[in-house]
Order: sequence, then structure tokens, then C-alpha cells
Amino acid sequence: MKKFGNFNIFALVVGFSFLYIPIILLILFSFNESRLVTVWGGFSTKWYVELMQNQGIKDAAWVTIKVAFISSTVATALGTIAGLVMTRFGNFRGRTLFSGMIYAPMVMPEVIIGLSILLMFVALSINRGVFTITLAHITFSMCYVAVVIQSRMSSYDDSINEAALDLGCTPFHTFRLITLPIIMPAVVSGWLLSFTLSLDDLVIASFASGPGSTTLPMKIYSMVRLGVTPEINAVSTILVGLVTLGVITASIIGRKQKQQTI
Amino acid sequence: MNRKEIQIPNFLKKAFSGRNAVISIPYIWLLLLFLLPFIFVLKISLAEPILAIPPYTSFFKWGESWLPTIQGSLDSYLFLFSDSLYINAYLSSLKIAVISTVLTLIIGYAIAYSVAKAPTRWRGILLMLVILPFWTSFLIRVYAWIGILKTEGLLNLALISIGIIDKPLTIMNTDLAVYIGIVYSYLPFMILPLYANLEKMDMSLLEAAADLGCRPLKTFWTVTIPLSLPGILAGCFLVFIPVMGEFVIPDLLGGTNTLMIGKVLWTEFFYNRDWPVASAVAIILLALLVVPIMLYQRAQEKAIS
Repeated sequence: MKKFGNFNIFALVVGFSFLYIPIILLILFSFNESRLVTVWGGFSTKWYVELMQNQGIKDAAWVTIKVAFISSTVATALGTIAGLVMTRFGNFRGRTLFSGMIYAPMVMPEVIIGLSILLMFVALSINRGVFTITLAHITFSMCYVAVVIQSRMSSYDDSINEAALDLGCTPFHTFRLITLPIIMPAVVSGWLLSFTLSLDDLVIASFASGPGSTTLPMKIYSMVRLGVTPEINAVSTILVGLVTLGVITASIIGRKQKQQTI
Repeated sequence: MNRKEIQIPNFLKKAFSGRNAVISIPYIWLLLLFLLPFIFVLKISLAEPILAIPPYTSFFKWGESWLPTIQGSLDSYLFLFSDSLYINAYLSSLKIAVISTVLTLIIGYAIAYSVAKAPTRWRGILLMLVILPFWTSFLIRVYAWIGILKTEGLLNLALISIGIIDKPLTIMNTDLAVYIGIVYSYLPFMILPLYANLEKMDMSLLEAAADLGCRPLKTFWTVTIPLSLPGILAGCFLVFIPVMGEFVIPDLLGGTNTLMIGKVLWTEFFYNRDWPVASAVAIILLALLVVPIMLYQRAQEKAIS
């Protein structure tokens, strides 16, 4: 194979410019003095100050954080179990259906998932609100966690578990003392992935929410429909910053863990 | 003390074993919150819209007799097929999904291939640069394009100031904007499976082809592409299936002429409050996507095992 050549450099430069220029422009114009988002009027942080005074956004942010925290925690627990079931439980009855229910939510259009879960809540007269959004988010997030755990388990050394079991460890203790500590980085990145998925979701939350439970993406969406404003840029910048911080933290945790095991 | 043990039947013992209990926790959750809801969608798609809360007729009618009578109608489905809007929306979604999947594949392949060929010490950071937008809010990334593409937006401003054009281009609220938005948003979903596949590729096969006198371009077409087929398939499914039902991108970047079924479903549900028709739209979309979803599931299972 030819070495890394000019074509590759070109593809990477163009590709990453395409991926990053819109986000960089978005961040840049959140510090714009002017209300016009396309004309640079000097550096200013006034839109962030304005944001802090916007009660609607603060309420929505609080709802979003609550939902994201609870849903990602429950989803990580359920998804970790599901991932282990997929890799360590052999062929049980109904396995195909189970793996179908794990993979389908990851590709299924969000409008279908949102509509279906909403219609069930209505038919069962469950009041919609923070609780129903959380349930919906747990359901799709746990599938992502399951896949993260599943791919971690595919390179897992089974002989350690066998040794523990041979030495009289119960299956539960083997999981708690051996398996869980080893796969912990995957569990943490599953949690972070669930958290950002929940933080990000507009469509499913719009269906599953009720009056008084507006999430941040729903709030941003209703603002975007009225036009582009520096305030939206400011709130977007904060979210992008948080996610970047999370991803970098996760990769550092992953790297440290790798070094320890080597 | 000699107490006689209570005999537990074998099948009950088996059913309540620790192993099955562990399986049942995520299993029951998904059955109740992922699969069961579709039964309700199917049920409501057979109901008729009425002005009430909830806005549809009930499926079972409890009469004198012991059993309820079922009152379902196929009106919503007949309505979908009688109005060309819906059929056109399905076809237009299909067209947009196919074209944008191909575009994403071409661009994604070039990037994934280049990352896989990059010197090892760069790969980590390059991969991180691909993953970062994947984690960043979808809505925000789509929103970022509005400021760029609109008539008085940054792209037109830049092109006019350079002198390439003298009148602003109309990109915002057209299908072109939707394609840009989809390719941009779904690019990481394409790059990640492609990279995972290309990275593991056995380079000696490519060297063998070169040693036997195969030209680089021919090697690419006859060796690299076939070997990366699993990655190509996974990436295409990850883009094609969700794009078929995409709502946010056509809603924010597309125009009134941009027909996509996800947007139609949203309008029927939230604006027209016609729940039975919205449900029928969802059921047909689901029927169209069942085969691709199952193929995707099989491809994924193969890839992991």
C-alpha cells in the first residue's frame, strides 16, 4: 500500500474543516457584540450574561440535567446487564428478539420511537412529564451502553472468571470483584454516552413530555424556529464545551486504565 | 430437626434461577418500553380520529356481551394511499436517504481511509476529532448551518466578498441545504464503522497485490473495497435507516417543498392532531424499515462475534 500521501492530507484537511468550521463559527459568534449573527461587532460576553437572566432556559437546563443524570445512571445499569447477557449467557430462549430490541432503537427513526412510547403512555393514562421523558431516555440509552459493553467483552479474558469460580467465588461476587472493575472504563464511557444522548434528544422528549417539562433541546428548538440569535449561540457554546470536556475526560480515563492493565 | 424440604417443581426452579433473573431484567424493560408501545401504535392506527382527549376512538367496545366487540377501521391507511402527499413523502424520503447515504459514504470513506493510513501517533487524536462531533448535540450542529447557509449568511457573505458571485445564492430552505445538513450530521456515523474495519485490514494482502503488479487504483477497487464491505454496510445502515425518518434537518434547513415522511408524521401529530393517521404513517414507515433494520442487526452481531 502506498504511504500516507497528498490525497490523504487533502481528505483530512477538507473533511475536518467541514466537520469543524460550522461549530467554530457558532462559538465565535456567541461572543459577538452585535445582535446580527453574521456581522462581527466586536468581542462581548453580554449574551452569556443575558442567558443567565433567562429563567426559561435555566428551568429547561435544570429539567434536562435531572433527566440526563437519572436516565444515564439507570441506563448504564440496565445496559451493562444487557451487554453481559449478550456476550456471556450463550444461547438462551428469545435471544434473537433480545438482540433485535438492542440494535433496533439505535437506528430506528426517532419519530417512531417517540410516537410509540407516547401513545402507550396516553393509552395507559400515565401523566406525561419528567418521569416519562426519563423512562424513554433510559430505553434508548441502555441499548448504546449494551453495545459498548458488548464490544468490550469481546476482548475479555474468560479464564480470569473461570479461575475465580474454581476458587469458590459465586457468580455474583465474580462479577462484582473481577468483571466489573475490569470493564469499568467501558461502563464509564457508556454512562457518558447515555448522558450526552439524553442531553441532546429533541424528538423523543417532545413526544414524551407534558406541560411544565420542557427540556433544553426543546427550548432551543422553539427559539431556533423564531430565528438565529446570539443567545442560542451562547447556550450552544456552553453545551459544546461541556461535551468536549466529557469526551476528553473519558479518553483520559480510558488511557490510564490501559496503562494500568499493561 | 428434620424438616421435609418443600419440593419445588423443576421447571419453576429453572425459571427462577439466577441466570434467568439476570436476563429478565433488561429483557422485560425492553419488552415493556420498546416493543409493547408498537402494539398501541398499531391499535391507534386502526382507530378513527375524534375531537376528544385522547383524540381517537377506542378499539374495544364493551357491550352487553361478555366479550368486547372490536371496532377497527382501515380508514387511516386508505387515506394515506388516496392522498398523493403521503406516497410522495415516502418516495422523496427514500430518494433523499439514498442520495445522502451515497454522498456520506464517499466523503466518509475518504476520511476513514486517510485516518487509518495516518502515522500511528496521529491516529488517536484524529479519531478523537471524528468522535467529538458525534457526541455534540445534533440540534446545535444543524442550527450552526442556518447562519452559514441563509441568504444573508456567512457563506454568501464570503463568496460575495471574494467576488465569486455577485448575487447571494439561495441554499437555505432547499433540498441542497437538507443534503448538506444530513451529510454533515451523519458523517461520524459513517466514519466510525469504516475506520474500525479499515484499521484491522491485513496490509500484507495489499502488498501482495502490489508485488504481483496490480496498480494502486485497481488494488483499491479489487482488494480494499471488498475487504471493507462489512464496514461499508454498517455505515450505510447507520445513515440510511434514521435518515428515512429524519425530522430535525428537513424542518430546520428544508423548505416548504422538502417532503420527508418524518416531518409529515410530526405535522399530523402535533399540528393536525390526527393521531390515527400519524400512527398509520409510522406503521408503514416501520414496515419499510423492518428489513434494513434486521439486516443491520445481523451485520452487527457478526461484526462483534
